Amino acid sequence: MARRLLTGIGIPILALFSALLLGSFVILSTGGGWDKVLTAYGAVVYGAFLKPRGFSETLLAMTPLILTGLAVALAFKAGLFNIGGEGQFLIGSLCSVWIGYHLTGLPGIVLVPLGLIAGMLGGAFWAAIAGYLKSRLGSHEVINTIMLNYIAFNLGDFLVNSRGPMNDPTSSVPRSPMIALSAHLPRLNPGSPSDRLHAGVIIALLATAVIWWLLYKTTLGFELRTTGANPDAARYAGMNARRNLVLAMALSGSLAGLAGAVEVQGLNFNVPAAVQSFSAGYGFDAIAVALLGHNHPFGVVPGAFLFGAMRTGADLLQLRTGVSRYVISIIQALVLLFAAAPAIVRWIYRIRAERRVEEAPLTRGWGA
Amino acid sequence: MTLALEARGITKKFPGVLANDHVDFALEKGEIHAMLGQNGAGKTTLMNILYGLYQPDEGHILVHGEEVRFHSPLDAIMNGIGMVHQHFMLIPVFTVAENIMLGKEVKSARGMLLDRQRAEEEVRALSQQYGFSLDPTALVKDLPVGTQQRVEIVKALYRQADILILDEPTAVLTPQEAEELFVIMRSLAAQGKSIIFITHKLKEVLAVADRISVMRSGQMVGTTTPKEATEAGLAEMMVRRKVILKVDKKPATPGEEIMRAEDLQVLDDRRHPVVNGASFFVRAGEILGIAGVQGNGQTELVEALTGLRPIAGGHILLLGHDVGRVRPRQITEAGVAHIPEDRHKHGLVLSYPVADNLVLCTYYLPPFARGPVMEEAAIRENAEALIKKFDIQTPSPFTPTGSLSGGNQQKLIVAREFSRPVKVLIASQPTRGIDVGSIEFVHQQIVQRRDEGCGVLLVSSELDEIMSLSDRIAVMYKGRILETLPAAEATRERLGLLMAGVKEETATKEEVHGA
Repeated sequence: MARRLLTGIGIPILALFSALLLGSFVILSTGGGWDKVLTAYGAVVYGAFLKPRGFSETLLAMTPLILTGLAVALAFKAGLFNIGGEGQFLIGSLCSVWIGYHLTGLPGIVLVPLGLIAGMLGGAFWAAIAGYLKSRLGSHEVINTIMLNYIAFNLGDFLVNSRGPMNDPTSSVPRSPMIALSAHLPRLNPGSPSDRLHAGVIIALLATAVIWWLLYKTTLGFELRTTGANPDAARYAGMNARRNLVLAMALSGSLAGLAGAVEVQGLNFNVPAAVQSFSAGYGFDAIAVALLGHNHPFGVVPGAFLFGAMRTGADLLQLRTGVSRYVISIIQALVLLFAAAPAIVRWIYRIRAERRVEEAPLTRGWGA
Repeated sequence: MTLALEARGITKKFPGVLANDHVDFALEKGEIHAMLGQNGAGKTTLMNILYGLYQPDEGHILVHGEEVRFHSPLDAIMNGIGMVHQHFMLIPVFTVAENIMLGKEVKSARGMLLDRQRAEEEVRALSQQYGFSLDPTALVKDLPVGTQQRVEIVKALYRQADILILDEPTAVLTPQEAEELFVIMRSLAAQGKSIIFITHKLKEVLAVADRISVMRSGQMVGTTTPKEATEAGLAEMMVRRKVILKVDKKPATPGEEIMRAEDLQVLDDRRHPVVNGASFFVRAGEILGIAGVQGNGQTELVEALTGLRPIAGGHILLLGHDVGRVRPRQITEAGVAHIPEDRHKHGLVLSYPVADNLVLCTYYLPPFARGPVMEEAAIRENAEALIKKFDIQTPSPFTPTGSLSGGNQQKLIVAREFSRPVKVLIASQPTRGIDVGSIEFVHQQIVQRRDEGCGVLLVSSELDEIMSLSDRIAVMYKGRILETLPAAEATRERLGLLMAGVKEETATKEEVHGA
């Protein structure tokens, strides 16, 4: 057990270390010496943790990543690969914003949860489409969720852009109307107006606990995990594979949708027409986050924290060294690469593989 | 006396297990040496070491008197060791010759193209030398299982193997095919090949082996010869206690009919009909054995009976109700227990703890669930009780099931399926790949169910199992029940012929006319 925990934490840390090491060569290639690398990484750490409100901003960036990360992890536990977090996030935010600027008369105690629930339902619906298509026609959820991402992007663009039904004509930049003040999630540090950290982070952590409980303590979770670990055994045990498939996608999508709603009600208060810059890759980074966290709800949180910190620190890196902030994207990609292939990390650092009873390769399900 | 292969003091540790404990083993040139042992006794580990798949922690391997070190199977092959695995490593859509030269392709003079013709000639020459009668141009997928096995053997010979390791080679054969294999083995031995024959069938060991080695808990218990050994004596060596090989059972007192299949038709995954009008019935308090060579539709038949596979025609009646198009759960809830053929595919979630697998079919019912919430205390208590009652060897109820031995995994399934009220038991290959001690236990449990009034459908390709347990025996051939006989009238010979599709005189004629 101790050994498993060690490799559970050790491999991601070594993956991060290897990614930073390789990333430093990328920085070196822009000219300059190792001092530039140190400055660059120092800037990331300073930007993400030490500078005023840096830590707040890191938690802020972590929040949607936890929720979308949970979405990917939950689907994965049920044997599904949800690449559509991005689209579900967007549909969720559109539903939340619609509630937020239409039902302005409602008090916050009603409007805030209503907006969040609308976001969850929107995301659930969007993901369930892919689940339903798979259960009825056998079309693969990876393809379907990717395609649904594009549909969501264009749908969002149509709805929110100039002359769209959800466009705010009074605004100079094309965007949706602002939501009512009563729909805003409360700030956690109201004394400091520039501290943007809001209650969404608490919602994300609560969601983590709920998903853990759902997966490991309920009959539904047992069914989902059994379906994911051994679909044949799940059928043998009399579980309804088709229903569980749609349900797992819907639950997964509801988390991504909740992420969108939280982003609207906690931070942005509208959905801009530049929808892809709004969803900002949260649905894609979620895959890395979930993978880094071994697809366990409690593993998702540190994974999201790391990616949140890197996102936050990236700006200062560019500012201080002139190196493009996208170096961070390269490092994130390298972390994902190493985390996805623990065999590489084990090989580099000569770690003996633990005897795994059942490997769950990420690519499983492509054939089915 | 020359030794073809010798292992001295082989020790191999795995985390928590001493798989081989200073094992000595000697294979003489030109002998058939049987290797007996329960699952987990260490014989597979030893063979994997001899074939270069594992490196021993201690000890030496000598081939023809010279010490060798194998880093991979390639080294073993270079030293003339060949292995025929239980699951064939053949490519079905390739021809016999292509399969045989795979990895050691015969190339044309330019070195770019395959020289099929020469390969075919070589294969033909080899199979003639040992009396195999193989057609090098036939596609492997068109060959019967027994012939595919010969392709595997020729493949090893083609690589100049003079030491052959056969891993449970008779598991997939009819008694007649097994006899033919023994003839081939003797012919190979007569021409100087040395053979290690791994099996758990005591009769075969006594019939074909020159010497017999028995392993138990990682140690070599002893080596004997068929002249000195008896079945009971060997079984005792394997499990260190007396084993009742004959199942002790009273005559059946069959009650009313509880399950019936009428003209059942089932398609396989490729949508070919594999069950073709099978009809039979099972009564309460009796065991109906379905004998047959693997792949004659038994798998699909069982899947259809348990609701896992849709039926294409005919009827399944359970307690008088038509359940041909009903969900698996409804069949389970109607009182059908199912010991599946492939325990890893259907029966277990290997990554789950033992306790979770013990409630795999009942997790949603009280006391294991209260509403939507699982009751962990009840699940743990259930596990502790069943582990004790069914003597499942596991460090704890929370051990991952995959780390249990095959026999204990099977006991787990039996425990789970028998822990709820059952009217019908469908047991498919219930003792495949498990040790003698566990086989005895599973058999006793099945007979006990029968005596309690449960109707049992036993599907097995082990003729001994069918004959010792069944009250009536139905032989399945090409998707149909060829004949059903009372157990008293069933002899090995008669069943063997039926399993090969040969019906008695009159019946054969009928079939000819029918066709």
